[in-house]
Amino acid sequence: MKKKFDFGPYLYILPAAIIIIVFRLIPIILSFIVSFYDWTITGPGKFIGFENYITMFHDGEFWQSMLNTFYLVIFVVPFSLVLSLIFANFLNGIEKMKSLFRSIYFIPTVTSMVAISIVWKTIFNQQTGLANFFLTKIGFDPMGWLAESRGILDIILSSLGMNFSGFIQTLSGGIGMSYNTLYLLLGGPSLALFCIIIVTIWKGLGYNTIIYLAGLQNIPKVYYEAADIDGAGKIRQFFKITWQLISPTTFYVLMMTTIVTFQVFSQIYLMTGPPVGGPLGTTKVIVYFLFDKGFGESNNLSYASAVALVLFGIILVLTLFQKRLEKKVHY
Amino acid sequence: MKKSISYIILSVCGLFMVIPFIWMLTTSVKSQLEVNKGNVGFLPIEQYSTYEEDEKVYRISPVKVDGDSTYIHVFDENMNRIRSYEKVATSEIVENKEVKLHFENYKEAFTKVPFKRYFINTLFVSFSVVFGVLVTGSLAAYAFATMRFKGRDFIFYLFISMMMVPQPVYLIPSYVLLNHLGWIDTYNALIIPWIANIFTIFLLRQQFKTIPDELFDAARIDGCSRFRTLWALVLPLSKSVIVTSAIFGFIGSWNSFMWPLVMTDSPAIRVLQVGLSYFSQEASSQTSLLMAASTFSILPLVILFLFAQKQIIASFASSGLKG
Repeated sequence: MKKKFDFGPYLYILPAAIIIIVFRLIPIILSFIVSFYDWTITGPGKFIGFENYITMFHDGEFWQSMLNTFYLVIFVVPFSLVLSLIFANFLNGIEKMKSLFRSIYFIPTVTSMVAISIVWKTIFNQQTGLANFFLTKIGFDPMGWLAESRGILDIILSSLGMNFSGFIQTLSGGIGMSYNTLYLLLGGPSLALFCIIIVTIWKGLGYNTIIYLAGLQNIPKVYYEAADIDGAGKIRQFFKITWQLISPTTFYVLMMTTIVTFQVFSQIYLMTGPPVGGPLGTTKVIVYFLFDKGFGESNNLSYASAVALVLFGIILVLTLFQKRLEKKVHY
Repeated sequence: MKKSISYIILSVCGLFMVIPFIWMLTTSVKSQLEVNKGNVGFLPIEQYSTYEEDEKVYRISPVKVDGDSTYIHVFDENMNRIRSYEKVATSEIVENKEVKLHFENYKEAFTKVPFKRYFINTLFVSFSVVFGVLVTGSLAAYAFATMRFKGRDFIFYLFISMMMVPQPVYLIPSYVLLNHLGWIDTYNALIIPWIANIFTIFLLRQQFKTIPDELFDAARIDGCSRFRTLWALVLPLSKSVIVTSAIFGFIGSWNSFMWPLVMTDSPAIRVLQVGLSYFSQEASSQTSLLMAASTFSILPLVILFLFAQKQIIASFASSGLKG
């Protein structure tokens, strides 16, 4: 007797499959198609090939957004990683009030970025905010925070009495690069973007700490006991045991934080400007850039789609790179 | 000795983590006047000057000191200026300090914006999403974990590979698609695309796989149908993972911002996060109202967190171990 084909399993996955295919797979495929057409809200126009990608390559605003996004990632990821590992180590070493501290660190993770951005925006308010209040209390001059477009390196060097913009001026004449480009590249993130960096680290710290804490609790105590007997100090134990055995967690934290930071949007949308991304475009990140292109005045869905795909490509390459690296250093 | 260093560092950094919340709460009960004065302290203390004249105490604001006397503006009870640049003796001006909680800020924020409506919308969307995610997720995970069928692994890994595609990538084509379906600015756009979650399927599949085969054999011998086995055996054994999935679904849905911002427009179906964002643009100078609205919007999740913090933290921690 021929065995009857069993449809059962397919019926079970059908509801999820329909949703995932229609609202994930098809849009992902569609995004490639859209990026090759002249596509607005009203519908598809003519096929334009790689034109969007070529436009992007010559679009200064795109490059500035890319640079801002890289600044964000370069500052947020290492700081978040180191701080959360430190916190997790301290948390792992205490008994009393452990869950209280854990909860305090974790609350930002469950609260919405929208509310948090609004709160931090008032903290960085020049006239009435908490940041300048503290700064003036400890004897510094108030700063512009979210309204400050100067790069942090410029701010630091200028306060030490060095002429940073003069140096950039000379250099740009010397190597034939425009002053603005060179300033953005060498001046570091603007103070405004640095505020965004602080908020992003603050928001993600609790999650990373919890992940690290779970990782630390998985390291068998015998290693430390053995190290104690051998007379290894705490710092040495950290680098020789903890850091080595925690590496899978480190890779996970590294990957997740990188992916999330590349997609920062709400902070920018709510904290900066007007216009959003200001001052002088120094806080415009790639996701806001594509949001603005797609749903702003120009309504250029196809250009926005092309930008989104480039972002995806970057994330994909970084993820694969980290995976390869992880295989090399796996314990 | 070493312990105390831990506590000191953890406390200092913990302070840094909670200060924004304390700031939000105290600012939300301050009067806008105090906020604008730059009266930054954490307690909602009001400082004001008064001046007594004909046995009546008037609120005043000093303008300019001129020797022993001061030019002042005089206000009535409703803070309307009734006299300007009056010259009085400085020694007669009294400085007052008073703790005053302006809970009416909350009421005022609510009258300015239909937050109640947004709140109900958000609750409705979040609960629908959680319900949908659990139903589609447990059905699919059950098939992936316990049944053999052609293409199973291919479909599963296809799903998993889509998990890492960032939202901005499918945001734009989703808009095109939902526009085509006529769903833009409807609840459908907020709910339907989210009622299946790949991560939930993954989590539940991992859990279902841990259930021993003997239990399934026993159920089969007892004549349980597939669906009954899922309902009466598998799901009760997977309570904690189901709660984890529900928590992830609820928090994600409650806090989602970019998607509803793009897909909806009319206030009737607006969700809390989008409503709060519009309010922050309209009322950007009314800090205390903004803080009241922000407090209101995060309150449900903070309450949920305080009640289920162990479960929530364990859920998030487990998300890392699987990665």
